[in-house]
Amino acid sequence: MVAIAERLTSIWEETPGLASWLTTVDHKRIGKRYIATAFVFFVLAGLEAMAMRIQLARPGQAVFTPNAFNQLFTMHGVSMIFLFATPILSGFGNYFVPLMIGARDMAFPRLNAFGYWVFFFAGLFMSFSLVIGKAPTDGWFNYVPFALTHYSPGLNIDFYGLGIIFVGISSTTGAINFIVTIFKMRAPGMSINRMPLFVWAVLTTAFAIVFALPSLTVANVLLELDRKAGFHFYDVAHGGDPILWQHLFWIFGHPDVYIIVLPALGIVSTILPVFSRRPIVAYPYVVLGTVAIGIVGFGVWVHHMFATGLPQLGLSFFSAASMMVVIPSGIQMFAWVITIIKGRPVFTVPFLFIIGFIVTFLIGGLTGPMFAAVPFDQQITDSYFVVAHFHYVLFGGAVFPIFAALYYWLPKMTGRLTNERLGKLSFWLIFVGFQVTFFPMHIMGLLGMPRRIYTYQSGLGWDVWNMTSSIGSFVLAAGVLAFIIDYYLSLRRGLPAGDDPWAADTLEWAISSPPPAYNFESIPQVSSREPLWDQPDLPQQIRRGTAGPVLAEGHETVGTSVLDADSEDVLEMPGESPWPLTSAVGLLIIFCALLISHLLLAAAGLVVMSIGISGWLWDTGDVNSG
Amino acid sequence: MRRSRALLLVVAAAAAALLPACSSGSPSTLQPRGPAAQRIDGLWWFMFWIALGVFAVVIGMLLFGLFRRRKSGESVARGGGERAVVLLGIVAPAIILTTLFVVSLRDLNALSAPAKSDAMTVSVIGHDWWWEVRYPQRHVVTANEIHIPTGTQVLLHLSTGDVIHSFWVPQLSEKTDMIPGKTNRMLLEADRPGIYRGQCAEFCGLEHARMSFLVIAEPPSQFQTWLAGESQPIGSVTGAAAQGKRVFLTSTCVSCHTIQGTNADATDGPDLTHFGSRRTIAANSVANTPGNLAAWIEDPQGIKPGALMPPAVVEPRQLQALVTFLEGLK
Repeated sequence: MVAIAERLTSIWEETPGLASWLTTVDHKRIGKRYIATAFVFFVLAGLEAMAMRIQLARPGQAVFTPNAFNQLFTMHGVSMIFLFATPILSGFGNYFVPLMIGARDMAFPRLNAFGYWVFFFAGLFMSFSLVIGKAPTDGWFNYVPFALTHYSPGLNIDFYGLGIIFVGISSTTGAINFIVTIFKMRAPGMSINRMPLFVWAVLTTAFAIVFALPSLTVANVLLELDRKAGFHFYDVAHGGDPILWQHLFWIFGHPDVYIIVLPALGIVSTILPVFSRRPIVAYPYVVLGTVAIGIVGFGVWVHHMFATGLPQLGLSFFSAASMMVVIPSGIQMFAWVITIIKGRPVFTVPFLFIIGFIVTFLIGGLTGPMFAAVPFDQQITDSYFVVAHFHYVLFGGAVFPIFAALYYWLPKMTGRLTNERLGKLSFWLIFVGFQVTFFPMHIMGLLGMPRRIYTYQSGLGWDVWNMTSSIGSFVLAAGVLAFIIDYYLSLRRGLPAGDDPWAADTLEWAISSPPPAYNFESIPQVSSREPLWDQPDLPQQIRRGTAGPVLAEGHETVGTSVLDADSEDVLEMPGESPWPLTSAVGLLIIFCALLISHLLLAAAGLVVMSIGISGWLWDTGDVNSG
Repeated sequence: MRRSRALLLVVAAAAAALLPACSSGSPSTLQPRGPAAQRIDGLWWFMFWIALGVFAVVIGMLLFGLFRRRKSGESVARGGGERAVVLLGIVAPAIILTTLFVVSLRDLNALSAPAKSDAMTVSVIGHDWWWEVRYPQRHVVTANEIHIPTGTQVLLHLSTGDVIHSFWVPQLSEKTDMIPGKTNRMLLEADRPGIYRGQCAEFCGLEHARMSFLVIAEPPSQFQTWLAGESQPIGSVTGAAAQGKRVFLTSTCVSCHTIQGTNADATDGPDLTHFGSRRTIAANSVANTPGNLAAWIEDPQGIKPGALMPPAVVEPRQLQALVTFLEGLK
């Protein structure tokens, strides 16, 4: 038993020190990095939101200039969506998908490292714009013609256009990696109908990313061609069409809501049954619901454009499709609630965040179909009601589950428990703070307050609600601060977590906390949806090397078939490599060069990137050396 | 227990806010004053009560699930629950959503019915950051104020001079975007006389926040009088006003503004022919008073940072005359 662990450690453990910090391909280190980096962007984007709430607390304030305010709301949206929500969920996926499916790494470890570095650099690239006071000013939706050079000269919009293309490379590589990992690397016996729901959600999301992102990339390539090379895709005066941007943007933009929410719903379907002490009810329906959202989500984008004057027939079609998307969400909502009813709930901190999620996401889900009703949408779109709605969906649907996931999985990642009382304090502050901040926005919207205004006049009935909302935002921020303190204290003096502090059912809890570099001493044979509940001896067997293949000859894991997860192959995995970082640096140089229109620098970046890719491809003989 | 109290508070707050529909100056969609807004208001309350019902059912189930007494030895079943999920998660939503779809389609049809034959046409053109308003039949051009006769359909032709804007008067109608290269149509109608606040609803740059306007609904006869007056060029002026007119015509004002009856005919900025009769300055940013007007002419950025109007370089005496002249343009 010890011998196996030692042997695997010598194969899988990366050399300590700065070098390995830059060359690591371990999905757990990369996953933690994604989570930590994305959390920093969450805090920054949260501070941007606080700044806006300070400005809007009272009518007619001038804490920020209109230009600064426009930069703030743009960077708040862009950061929350592209630099926080998507990457942090990708981080959980990176860390936990291989553990949940009994694999030793992601399918393409170096591509995984590359994806992280690209995300990190793209995040720096976009955030740098705010530091120099040239952040984009056209919102995350970046409508043309305002985003064209005539109305927005300067680099601001280019930081957006190029930054979005840049970060999209990271999401795309990540998505491809998840698809292959989930299809080909599940432990033997984990047939597709036994996959944990979080894994299903990540898989669906990955497909949605692969199909949705190209539209956004194309939109921004055309935008940059217009801005930098004198093209006229969006310019009416030369035969272009500004509505083209809206279609391309929302064909991505609406599925993106599900790209953010689906993995979070997967987190809920993972955590909620553990603390209800029973498997989720109607598993097949929940899976179908997940996949259906991923598909139907592509047919609803026009509901963002109901006020643009499109023909009525088109409006009715997209109205119906938008209402339809409620049903797969409804399936999941009732599956969760009925699971709680039939179970025996345990009120842990992660479970509190799940309950907070249900309440909040439910409200967001109830205001959602209202926007599918065309006349109401035409009245209320672009008002604060929309701001309320999508924060209930995105904060409710993603941020509450993300906090649940942090509280649930941090013990696995750090090996230490967090403080229950601080955790509960954090939950109540976040929950109450959220409701006080965002519920009044429904009312502001109904009272006619438009979005994206940096100030407003008094006497319109909006004052009291804005003040309430601003106060709520400070309570919410205090809750996030309580979490950060809790996390810090748990690292310093948290109690040891043990392998499975929650008595959970999925494979990541079969191994030690934090997990060893090789994850599993032996790759388990899975025979049910809740392996640890059905096979209590499994952790022992894994550790003894008797659960399945040990594969201690090199960097190896088991390859299995797509549907039934029958053993097919032993996959050799690469080890540490400097090339992903090199390639990402090359890309960073290219994007900086494009930003300042410096062709020579771009060529230099291309050279660096070619060196990176060549080294990467050259390195394949090296896979066993670690 | 704390949870349910918090919930109760939220619901109570919502009810308190929505039912009295707030102060009278509010451009509230819940105080509709036109047939379109009226219809949408009905749709909203229909959806609100459904949503509240669903909310109550789900939260009731959740609370039951969380707090129901469990016998000490009660075993937890591993399976079951599918039928309830299908019934509550698929069948019930399908029925509710179909109903909602049919109702909303009925309203959509009503709202997009063609204009009546006696409808009056008004063109509104969005600009950074003000509204140009044209009455084509009478060649009347004004800005930031739309006079309409009550009880009459007004067919709006909505377009833009620069970026995308969106025309929204919450108490009267739904909103419609103004998109380059396109003229969108929409009906505006007010049931009773009143001043209804409108505001740009599509982000359009620095002063999106101060791109507001007023719809002034008057009885038809009063409206006709107003329209007739607006179609007249300015008359002759004397004294300080005459001096102000000279200042106007010899300064940079003329490179952007029109005053009918003079040779100022530029169209980059609002038409000022009947400026003195308007209620506000700078797209409803401040009230139209001589003091505000002087401040606006001297330093537009002080009132509306980002506004495209340059400060006028005039001496204090000239400024006073200019204000007298403009305020006299009734």
